[in-house]
Amino acid sequence: MTNMKSALSMAAATVALHLAGPASATDQQELYTKALAATCANCHGTNGKSIKDGALPSLAGMKSDDLAGQMQAFKSGARPATIMHQIAKGFSDEQIKLLASYFARQQP
Amino acid sequence: MDRRTFLQASAALGLAGSAVSAFAMRGAKVVVIGGGYGGATAAKYIRLLSNNQIDVTLVEPNKEFISCPMSNLVIGGSRKMADITRSYAGLSKKHGVRIAQDLATAIDVKARTVTLAGGTTLSYDKLVVSPGIELNMVSIEGLTEAYDAGQIVQAWKAGAETVTLRKQLEDMPDGGVYAITIPEAPFRCPPGPYERASQVAWYFKNNKPRSKVLVLDANQDIVSKAGLFKKVWADQYKDMIEYRNQHKTIAVDAKAGLIKFDVQSDVKADVINALPAMRAGKIAQQTNLNNMANNRWCGVNYQSFESTAAADVFVIGDAIQVAPLMPKSGHMANNHGKVAAAAIVAQLNGWEINPAPMLTNTCYSFVDDRNVVHVASVHEYVPAEKTFKVVTGSGGLSPAPTELEGTYAHHWAKTIWSDTLE
Repeated sequence: MTNMKSALSMAAATVALHLAGPASATDQQELYTKALAATCANCHGTNGKSIKDGALPSLAGMKSDDLAGQMQAFKSGARPATIMHQIAKGFSDEQIKLLASYFARQQP
Repeated sequence: MDRRTFLQASAALGLAGSAVSAFAMRGAKVVVIGGGYGGATAAKYIRLLSNNQIDVTLVEPNKEFISCPMSNLVIGGSRKMADITRSYAGLSKKHGVRIAQDLATAIDVKARTVTLAGGTTLSYDKLVVSPGIELNMVSIEGLTEAYDAGQIVQAWKAGAETVTLRKQLEDMPDGGVYAITIPEAPFRCPPGPYERASQVAWYFKNNKPRSKVLVLDANQDIVSKAGLFKKVWADQYKDMIEYRNQHKTIAVDAKAGLIKFDVQSDVKADVINALPAMRAGKIAQQTNLNNMANNRWCGVNYQSFESTAAADVFVIGDAIQVAPLMPKSGHMANNHGKVAAAAIVAQLNGWEINPAPMLTNTCYSFVDDRNVVHVASVHEYVPAEKTFKVVTGSGGLSPAPTELEGTYAHHWAKTIWSDTLE
């Protein structure tokens, strides 16, 4: 297991070099959030940037409260729609918060 | 030392830090087979989600992306091929995806290599297989011969056959009959055959009003949007479209213009558009990834889309054994691609795979050149059942066709092409 031995020392060295590195949990959660946000991209564009002259709004850069509020309005039926009232019902309040906060952080 | 050994060692030391992961991920090699809605999306999103750390090669024989969604409009005549054709250049220029314009002819899951028709061999750490469907031509007697003679096409993969079918309709005299035969579900694009019947009827109504459209369906009823299509056909195409359920096509005679069924009597038509049974694309079969439903479809772990037949191989798109109420659609394939991309990035980092992936689907059907109906759904991964399920209360249909949804449908197409390719 020479290979494993060298791998262990390499991994140990990497730790020593990067003990103060950013927490993995944050990166990991960010990956999950990006994957969640990607379910909006088919209609609202990659990272929430709508296509040029599109018929639907960009989500990128929207204020977090606005986006969450609109999603809740679609979900409750307060805001009528052709399709969004059906889509919004598929996302939990927690997921809506994550999406709203993610898109608010994106460049419009 | 390879990546896997390093990750094992990291795990032995109890590490899951991003410092380790950055090393682990950098330069990892992913090969994606198939540049349709699934594969092209996976290639782009692996680059995006790894901050361009993972090396991605997309293997696709076609020079350009031609969209199946919207291709029925070309058959109906309200759109041209150029409207549904897009370049792959954005994937390489904007995202650094390497594109091998070639056909994958063999996968060695032990050596982790892919062989291309041109002779190149690519090695991979993770492989995405997005081969689409293969049409099982021999499931209808006489179909192969009629296809080879250029008499019957399917146009179920958009491209040259889309143009041929359009030409056949243009050449058909007024008073003629167009017949589309539909295999038992599941097949690619559940509402597709019924949208196509509507498009052909729209063309006939405006140009050849004495002609007829026959929809010969092996299923008990229209597979998708049944109520909506029936209403449109009664309102807009009365006496033009005739729907017959439980008509399982078993043979065609192109010269005589005859379609034969397992039970019902023969039907005569001028343009026969026979869709045979479908199964996972050839490369998936050759690699024995098609381990479900009598070897028709590929089993996957739905949390990641990793194959249940081979480690480090992810199968996405129409080729998979679907979860309940999951359609074989371009939108769904795009979403599979994103879940698989995130799972691959997580694995190459030594992270847990997302415990709760989500999928959406929206599918628009044009009932004429402008008016559209949709079906939509949201799917959540349910860990206890290891499958995707439609979120209770989500999704639904249009109440009726509208021009507003026509506008949204065109927006959807342009956006998903951009999300998949640019």
